[in-house]
Amino acid sequence: MRDFFSPSAGRGTPDPLALAAVGAGLAFAGIGYAFWRRMRNAETDRDDIATDAPHWTLDKPSARALFGKSVLVNRPRTDLFAAWKVERFPEFMENVVAVEPLGGGTARWTIKGPMGREVHLVNSITESIENETISWQSEPESEIANSGEVRFADAPAGRGTYVTLILAYDPPAGKLGRLGAKLLQREPEVQARRDLHRFKQLMETGEVTSNASPSARKSESPVEPHI
Amino acid sequence: MRAVTWQGRHKISVETVPDPEIVNPRDAILQITSTAICGSDLHLYDGYIPGMRVGDIVGHEFMGEVVEVGSGSTLKKGQRVVVPFTISCGSCFFCEKQQFSACDNSNPSETRDASELLMGHAMGGAFGYAHLTGGYAGGQADYVRVPYSDVGPVIIPDDLPDDDVLFLSDILPTGWHAAVNADIEPGDTVAVWGCGPVGLFTIQSALLLGAGRVIAIDHFPARLRLAKQLGAEILDYKQVDVREALNEMTGGIGPDACIDCVGMESHGFTPDNILDQVKAQYYSVTERPHALRQAILACRKGGRVSIPGVYGGFADKFPLGQLMEKGLTVKSGQTPVQKYSGDLLKMIQDGKFDTTSLVSHHAPLEDAAEMYRHWHGEQNEYTKIILKPGLEKGAIEAKKEMAHV
Repeated sequence: MRDFFSPSAGRGTPDPLALAAVGAGLAFAGIGYAFWRRMRNAETDRDDIATDAPHWTLDKPSARALFGKSVLVNRPRTDLFAAWKVERFPEFMENVVAVEPLGGGTARWTIKGPMGREVHLVNSITESIENETISWQSEPESEIANSGEVRFADAPAGRGTYVTLILAYDPPAGKLGRLGAKLLQREPEVQARRDLHRFKQLMETGEVTSNASPSARKSESPVEPHI
Repeated sequence: MRAVTWQGRHKISVETVPDPEIVNPRDAILQITSTAICGSDLHLYDGYIPGMRVGDIVGHEFMGEVVEVGSGSTLKKGQRVVVPFTISCGSCFFCEKQQFSACDNSNPSETRDASELLMGHAMGGAFGYAHLTGGYAGGQADYVRVPYSDVGPVIIPDDLPDDDVLFLSDILPTGWHAAVNADIEPGDTVAVWGCGPVGLFTIQSALLLGAGRVIAIDHFPARLRLAKQLGAEILDYKQVDVREALNEMTGGIGPDACIDCVGMESHGFTPDNILDQVKAQYYSVTERPHALRQAILACRKGGRVSIPGVYGGFADKFPLGQLMEKGLTVKSGQTPVQKYSGDLLKMIQDGKFDTTSLVSHHAPLEDAAEMYRHWHGEQNEYTKIILKPGLEKGAIEAKKEMAHV
């Protein structure tokens, strides 16, 4: 029996089976390339019609300048709009240490950053439409430039409210810093998504869900949530 | 406290861990009086369920006495309760639709990302069942923290012993849900794959829901005997070609409904299962769905397939064309336990279910590691194990008739 795995196989005369495998591989790659070309051509040739997709879902995630996320909350829109206020943020925004109102819709935020660092933001509300939307924009002294919007829209069939959070920001230390923060679970997108779910939990159940419970892992406490 | 912990594939140990505490207003703490080992605990034991972490406390079938309550709990200290394995908030879209196992709040923000990545949407929370379902400590322990304790726990009247009601936590409602999902019509022939505890409750439920006959399939004589005792006709797949036998028992058309109470680790020396075994060994597939493949092929055209059996991910060689061409209806899912709790407790009180014949062993919590070994390796002798935190190590009680099977 031929031994394909011995180091000597393939030395001297080329193994015909290995050659056949390489040939088949090249053929597949060629066919794949041809299909890819055809798809690309088809894409550029077609007539685009206006999409109904939310604008924050357009483009590949890696190419987006902003982040958007919606959740269904089983409560009336008016209740949720009323609950979305600075004083209540620390209840569901896990990484928010403090929000200090500076007057005129401007507030100074202290949030937890990667590696135990604290980050300070200064944001001003640019538009607020009762029971519909709140938009904000950071001031020049903010350590991270950011802007965003939270929207409240009736969900169909009496299901409550769609709450959408849209966030754009300049990641500190560029893309690499963003990746590092993501790995440390302190990246604004990760934080925003989780905080949005905490808001939902708080509004629907009256408490923020916690899996805090014992384990045989010495590093964990039975009163702290864990991953 | 003492707790049964998962330490890796085929490694279970009883460890001393911190006591649980009240964390949220709606919490309660129970002192466990009885906790069973579930067939799905074997999937954890065999390392088939992704998202387990070393040191996790396992166990999702438990009952006990309320010893502490948060300000928002409706329970009172001293009450005896059985706790559904599914954790449900009671107020989200899904809970309002009574799809309690799909609760959108019980899987916390910290663990839902991974679950969403694998499943498309985050699964609901469950006790002692990996971090994809929330990473909550389970109830094979002296104490357990129960979140949303005003929604799930079933208060048990004093005159009902633990053994009669413990299975309200999972396997009884799971068997019932499996039969409900089979949309049984009066006089139907229903085939049930697997005569483990869920299969045995499915057989009883199918008959209660109007099935004309139930045909049960397994290979362990003790389990087949229990199925027969509960009113099923039985097939030992080691003796017959199951599909041929089912066809010949139904005039060639096949059963009206087929229920897979086996799940992701089918037994059986068949080519498809051997291939699955090899692949699973190298983590290239997550399932060995031989029973489900057979159920789909066996089912009559236009029939129904119900899947209470647990699956974890992507299956190989799934008979999709057969499903489509035969026009089968498939229903599945983790059991929305809270939907059925009240009715099933009443049915237990009315003597509709035999909840105790399947119990083969009572053992101390301290002997959990040994019990998992038996549960895994001796499924003929061990048909259901109940762990008791109160018993002293070594005080294992086997049921007489089971002892010399």
